[in-house]
Amino acid sequence: MLYRTKGGDKPRPYTMAENQKQNGNRKGPRRRPPFQIRINTKYAPRKVADGQALSCITGSSLTDRQMLELYRYLKLTRLVEERIVNLYRQTKVVGGVYRSLGQEATAVGSAYALRPDDFITPIIRDLGACFVKGIRPREIFAQYMAKAWGPSAGKDLNVHFGYMDKGFIGPISHLGDMIPVMTGILLGARLQNKDIVGLAYIGDGGASTGAFYEGMNFAAVQKLPLIVIAEHNQYAYSTPTTMQTLLRNLAEKAAAFGIPGYIVDGNDVIACYEVTKRAIDHARNGHGAVLIEAKTYRRKGHAEHDDQRYVPEGEIDWWETHNDPVDRVETFLIDQEVATKEKLEEITTAVQREIDEDSEWAESSPMPEAEGAVYGVFDNSIVPPAFRPKILEN
Amino acid sequence: MATAAKKLSKLEHPPRGGQATMVEAIRQGLWEEMERDPTVFLIGEDVGAYGGAFKVTEGLIDHFGKERVIDTPISEAAIVGAACGAALMGMKPVAEFQFIDFISCGFDMLTNYAAKSRYRWGGSIPAVFRGPCGSGVRSGPFHSLNAESFFLNTAGLKIVEPSTAYDAKGLIKAAIRDPDPVLYFEHKKLYRLPRLREELPEDDYVVEIGKARTAREGRDVSILTFGAQVLTALDAAEELEKEGLDVEVIDLRTLAPMDKEAILASVKKTSRALILHEASLTGGIGGEISAIISQEAFEWLDAPVVRVASIDTPVPYSPPLEDYYLPQVKDVLDAARKLAAY
Repeated sequence: MLYRTKGGDKPRPYTMAENQKQNGNRKGPRRRPPFQIRINTKYAPRKVADGQALSCITGSSLTDRQMLELYRYLKLTRLVEERIVNLYRQTKVVGGVYRSLGQEATAVGSAYALRPDDFITPIIRDLGACFVKGIRPREIFAQYMAKAWGPSAGKDLNVHFGYMDKGFIGPISHLGDMIPVMTGILLGARLQNKDIVGLAYIGDGGASTGAFYEGMNFAAVQKLPLIVIAEHNQYAYSTPTTMQTLLRNLAEKAAAFGIPGYIVDGNDVIACYEVTKRAIDHARNGHGAVLIEAKTYRRKGHAEHDDQRYVPEGEIDWWETHNDPVDRVETFLIDQEVATKEKLEEITTAVQREIDEDSEWAESSPMPEAEGAVYGVFDNSIVPPAFRPKILEN
Repeated sequence: MATAAKKLSKLEHPPRGGQATMVEAIRQGLWEEMERDPTVFLIGEDVGAYGGAFKVTEGLIDHFGKERVIDTPISEAAIVGAACGAALMGMKPVAEFQFIDFISCGFDMLTNYAAKSRYRWGGSIPAVFRGPCGSGVRSGPFHSLNAESFFLNTAGLKIVEPSTAYDAKGLIKAAIRDPDPVLYFEHKKLYRLPRLREELPEDDYVVEIGKARTAREGRDVSILTFGAQVLTALDAAEELEKEGLDVEVIDLRTLAPMDKEAILASVKKTSRALILHEASLTGGIGGEISAIISQEAFEWLDAPVVRVASIDTPVPYSPPLEDYYLPQVKDVLDAARKLAAY
């Protein structure tokens, strides 16, 4: 039997002396020491002196080129969402629009720590993670506009699609369901001797679902390399976290599964990368699942139509002026002399160009053929497509 | 010790074909598919060392190891979800519900994830979800469910329920090989019923999903049924034969997608349709079958379509109550006689 010593990191077996001390003359199995709630706060949000602007953590293993790539993904996410809102206002978007404004760093930084063959399953506010995984803006535009050229060909919306070859599994609207699915991906991978990890996202609301608990618990028991990022953005639709859970930190939920919990500053893209990298190392080395809580803030409503009447006055403004993930990384990159202001503007211009091109491409796509609705419920080579039955035909 | 050794040697050489009850037939099917295809694996509560609540998976863990026979926490959402994920990876999971009543705990994952994945983005989920269903064994409101009509209105799920050992084996093999999610319901009353013991072929065979079976040919009345009620129908048919009534019994075997051709062919032949099922009447599968017949074979009918099913209550525990709840041979006889005389 293995166990962890209090301070140490490596599991080791009991010594004979420890056995005797624990068990005395008792018969029966050796007792396991109680699980200690251990929340790693190395990457948690830090206070800074008044007047000093928030930046990012230093001492990262990222190269300058990688940091600029992170910056590019952040800008891409923000500007793609802005374009989607424009399209929405022009009534070109068919359904609702969901933003990740103010919390883009969590998705981008965490997904960036993955290898190409690893899997992710984002939720609606992780558009940045989709881009890191190789999804193109044009696909997202086409999805929002319900176009034929979108990856789901008009059958589902926004990020609800997937590519097994890219390790990208889109979510469904039922929060929590993707945790068991990702557990299964990893179970399947283990049976196939594939060395991959899985990254699943959940919010402070989704972490209240039964599926979240069942999936995390099963992954923990099976020691599967599952990393779950709980994005604590303060609101689930209109419900504040105080009405979701009595816990101050979602990371404490890790104790329920006997796995490590981490708290990270979700608006520091570099901290998000570093904490995820650490969790991935833990998982890939056979130590099982990890729960990471990213402290962040949702500056927009649940969807574009939400007027946020439930948000206390001034709260959104504070986050916008003091703790914006894009501002923070810009400050960091310039302070650390990774890039000049001009260089960052150059990146932004290139991103803008890509968005123009891609949204034009998506707009030029036709809508799907109506009869396309009948195909693909089952494998149509076995079960015929679901054409509308002809009623009382002569 | 001697019995343990005997048991082990028996397990190392699983029977292929031969005389088998339904539970043995399902086990043979699972075993053969796991042997044939390394991507097939089992997942569920107590399916490992214990062999499942009804011993369907007994011995499989000894032969295939705990990597391919996975015991899970009591977490149906996790079982179904994990089966979906593994299936997306190209595996062929066979997930067990300890009793089909607990399928409600995995309902969301089944109806929202498994059923819609292919349609939404082409994610194929070749998984089987199986478990013991059915009443008549004094198990009370939570261990007696017939769940088919909960799922009939969800596009994307195939539903099968065998009533013979031969079909049980052939359908489990077909379900495992099917590229889409299949709900495989096993009536627990039939598992060890001596009457269902039959000689199975030694050769590999499957029973095609989507095809009904004529359990008994007849000219006067069609009884359309499935699962354990096939036996009720056959018993009733035998009685009615003495009265000169020639009853045809159609065992649907697959409930979705339903074999409309077989249903319509039989009804067009007999012009009288009696639908018999074990789930409650209202909202049951009988309404759907009846609608198909009314819409597509109206001119052939000599009498209204009749449904015989359980009453609209939960499944009661005490034998007199449960017997009243369930359709009995007598109920079928009464209905068939009235139908014939109409």
